[in-house]
Amino acid sequence: MTDSTAGPQPGDNEPTGDLFSDLSAHASGAGDEPAETRHRVIGTPPPAEARSLLKTPPPGAPGGPPVPRQRELPADPDDPVSAKRAERVVVACFLIATLAGLGFIAAYLIFQVHSVTNVLHSNLALGSTMGLAFLALAVGAVIWVRRLMPTVELTELRKPLRSSPEDRAAFAETFEEGAEASQFTKRPMVRRALIAATVPVALAPIVLLRDLGPLPGTKLDHTVWRKGMRLLNYGANTPIRPADFSSPGGMITVVPDGFQDDFNALAKAAVIIIKFAPNVIEFSARPEPGKVVQNWTVDNIVAYSKICTHVGCPAALYEHTTHHILCPCHQSTFDAARGAQVIFGPATRALPQLPMTVDAQGYLVARHDFIEPVGPSFWERGPS
Amino acid sequence: MRPITARRRHPAAGYAVVLLGLMLAGLSYAAITDGSASATAHSVTGQAQISEGRTIFLQECSSCHGLYAQGTPGVAPSLIGVGAAAVDFQVSTGRMPAKEPVAEQPRKPVALKPQQIHALAAYIASLGGGPPIPSSADVSQVGANAGVGQQLFVADCAQCHNFVGAGGALTYGKYAPPLTKSTPRQIFEAMLTGPEAMPVFNNTTITPQQKRDIIAYVTQTRAEPNPGGFSLGRVGPVTEGLVTFLGLLLFMVLAALWITAKHGKAHD
Repeated sequence: MTDSTAGPQPGDNEPTGDLFSDLSAHASGAGDEPAETRHRVIGTPPPAEARSLLKTPPPGAPGGPPVPRQRELPADPDDPVSAKRAERVVVACFLIATLAGLGFIAAYLIFQVHSVTNVLHSNLALGSTMGLAFLALAVGAVIWVRRLMPTVELTELRKPLRSSPEDRAAFAETFEEGAEASQFTKRPMVRRALIAATVPVALAPIVLLRDLGPLPGTKLDHTVWRKGMRLLNYGANTPIRPADFSSPGGMITVVPDGFQDDFNALAKAAVIIIKFAPNVIEFSARPEPGKVVQNWTVDNIVAYSKICTHVGCPAALYEHTTHHILCPCHQSTFDAARGAQVIFGPATRALPQLPMTVDAQGYLVARHDFIEPVGPSFWERGPS
Repeated sequence: MRPITARRRHPAAGYAVVLLGLMLAGLSYAAITDGSASATAHSVTGQAQISEGRTIFLQECSSCHGLYAQGTPGVAPSLIGVGAAAVDFQVSTGRMPAKEPVAEQPRKPVALKPQQIHALAAYIASLGGGPPIPSSADVSQVGANAGVGQQLFVADCAQCHNFVGAGGALTYGKYAPPLTKSTPRQIFEAMLTGPEAMPVFNNTTITPQQKRDIIAYVTQTRAEPNPGGFSLGRVGPVTEGLVTFLGLLLFMVLAALWITAKHGKAHD
């Protein structure tokens, strides 16, 4: 015992030396010992008066701390037997956490990660040991709080936030002194140069907004489909003869010849073609809602844009029994036999029909581009 | 008082009920998702086989499809001209004979023997052509290119069947079935004949070689490992993450209940 402030000497009124010893000393009326000799639990802050720069008035005086009250927290749990049991559980949990933490280190050393399978094993071992360690720590802490610590409601009175007039005056004085001493007020060239330096830095992010452009212009209004461009069976990338695509109920995805690997082009130009049995399609001579333009079909084969008019998902779930085209994203449903008009879902416009014909070799080709923009609505497209 | 009644107010009773409910839900789901079937044999024609098929048809099929396979409007389609491949697909997957008219006939145990299926197929084929049952050479996986198959599958099949063949929903109770149990011959027949709402992919649109490539992709994808341990329909880590998230959410709720529970406090 070389440290005179270390705590109670043998024979003091401190049989346990535990967390509540200060309070029990106060409660028993023996609390006149100086603050320096009190216990401090490791990790807790020092008493408030030890940290304060101002002199604290004595307890009970105006502006000073209140008089120490009677104890607020009970010293021990009500049921010592139950508390003892809880103590053992808490210790067991913390021991499990210790072992799991050691297991984590061991797992790191044992499982090497030179192949995919080893990485799986390593991840599993590291994750489960770390998870167990945290879980056991948390469970132990909760049991500690629930079974050993007291549950008491405390009321803490609020103090006025405004500083005293003396403090405010002192602060203003200090601030002015500092401003003067820093030469900020005395050397305007330095001050103005500093302000000038901040302006370009503040403007820089605004300049970066230019990267959001350039504006799309008319790019959204048309696709790469052109007159005479062949329809390729996507994936196989072969042209299609109507005589080959001959089974009613057939449907395939087609792409414009020459753009089968250009995903930017295909994002708008992907098309599905559907073969119907005779007398199923509702034809009309000119584009009109709910009808298929007869001139744009070949042998009851119709081509529609694959890009949903709602938000541009690939709408290609085709039920040949009902001739419905579904979009998988939001269940928009289009009637393929009636100009792909919307019959369900959030889409508001029919899928545009691609005008088709056959070329000299008998392959399906486009007559020309779609007559309206494909895909979802955009600001410049206007209504409908 | 019986023990279970006496303990229903026990602090752990609530947790036990929640866990029991979850386990029941999981077990009942596992119980209703099982079943398998397959059937293959050589296609033979002959008058005796056709008449045997006619007999089977009258016993098993005619109540819905009609005595002359002409179909019943609103109940069952005409089978004239659908071909032997359609019959083999429907019967070898157990979809036909159907138990009841539903939006989508499920795969179930096969009701007929392979030679009965072939006799039935021969009878339907004799009524008016249609694609024949593909031969073993047609569905052979020797030299099939799963890479080409993947491109074709993604372009024309994945929108309904999911990009690894896990299946997906359609309208009014119809669905695109998972391809996890389909044999190569059944996949070939399905593309060729377009069962139920499925589009037709005839041999001049998707060639037999391209069909073999697609089959190679579908069957080889089944062997891909599942890093998460559970496949969850092979729809990727999003679903696994969601299930983990929901499971842990439940755990957190139970933990929060426990932390704030009134029972067993040190100082009440």
